[in-house]
Amino acid sequence: MRLDESDFSEIARQQIPWLYVLARKLTADKAEDVVQECLVKAYRNIEDLRTLEAAPGWFRTILMNCVRDRYRKDASGLDEEPIDDIADYSLYRKIADEDPWPYSDTVHVDFLHSFDEEDVWRVLDRLDPKYRIPLVLVHMEGIGTDEVARMLGAPKNTVLSWLHRGRKHFERELWEYAVENGMLKEKARSQ
Amino acid sequence: MISCDQAVRQLWGYVEQELESPDRERLEDHLDLCRRCCGEMEFAEELAAFMARQSTVDLPNVVASKFDRVLEDLQAGGER
Repeated sequence: MRLDESDFSEIARQQIPWLYVLARKLTADKAEDVVQECLVKAYRNIEDLRTLEAAPGWFRTILMNCVRDRYRKDASGLDEEPIDDIADYSLYRKIADEDPWPYSDTVHVDFLHSFDEEDVWRVLDRLDPKYRIPLVLVHMEGIGTDEVARMLGAPKNTVLSWLHRGRKHFERELWEYAVENGMLKEKARSQ
Repeated sequence: MISCDQAVRQLWGYVEQELESPDRERLEDHLDLCRRCCGEMEFAEELAAFMARQSTVDLPNVVASKFDRVLEDLQAGGER
């Protein structure tokens, strides 16, 4: 049975919740626009979808293409790696050196526990898309680096480099966010 | 033996099993002797697990309604 435009709404409605969640993780406040683009492209190409079972993978490919297009449009100097000291940043050392809660024996774990989910998303939203996207796909969606390279149309070594720098940017932004939001004060911790 | 700075640069890759020979063995040799870098590695593992737990974003009702309208427009031929 070939699927056609009359089947589209029913098929798409089943995919929209997870498409939005993935787009939100990958593109932050652009998620609605990306999903809308994805729906329009999917509708125009619905004849390419052979079976209902293939719908999740098919929609994911279209969504990733939309993310990639936007990412290319938005990114400046996509292939350039800035020369800075981020590769050597260590949140572990930063916490140990600053020792925000001297009476705690588990200061590193306490630091992570001071973030709720909303805080984590705000931190992720601060990252450049070229770092946030591989980080989300690998560490939150559990997708392997070979597959991520394919999805992003980039060589694996480039993805590994983005991942490495992205992890370090994420570590640094966690610390900066905690400082900016008064999360390191003893009082804030006990609340 | 590699330095602590070199080891720290490779820890995430090690935790995610992306690090290949001979870098992997060099890092393991370093970890055998360096207590601080072992702490770094445990923290990298903790951080990876912390990220994996952040997965419960929901589709807000207002956004779901917006997508319903997009689907209606598409079916009506509005976006073609």
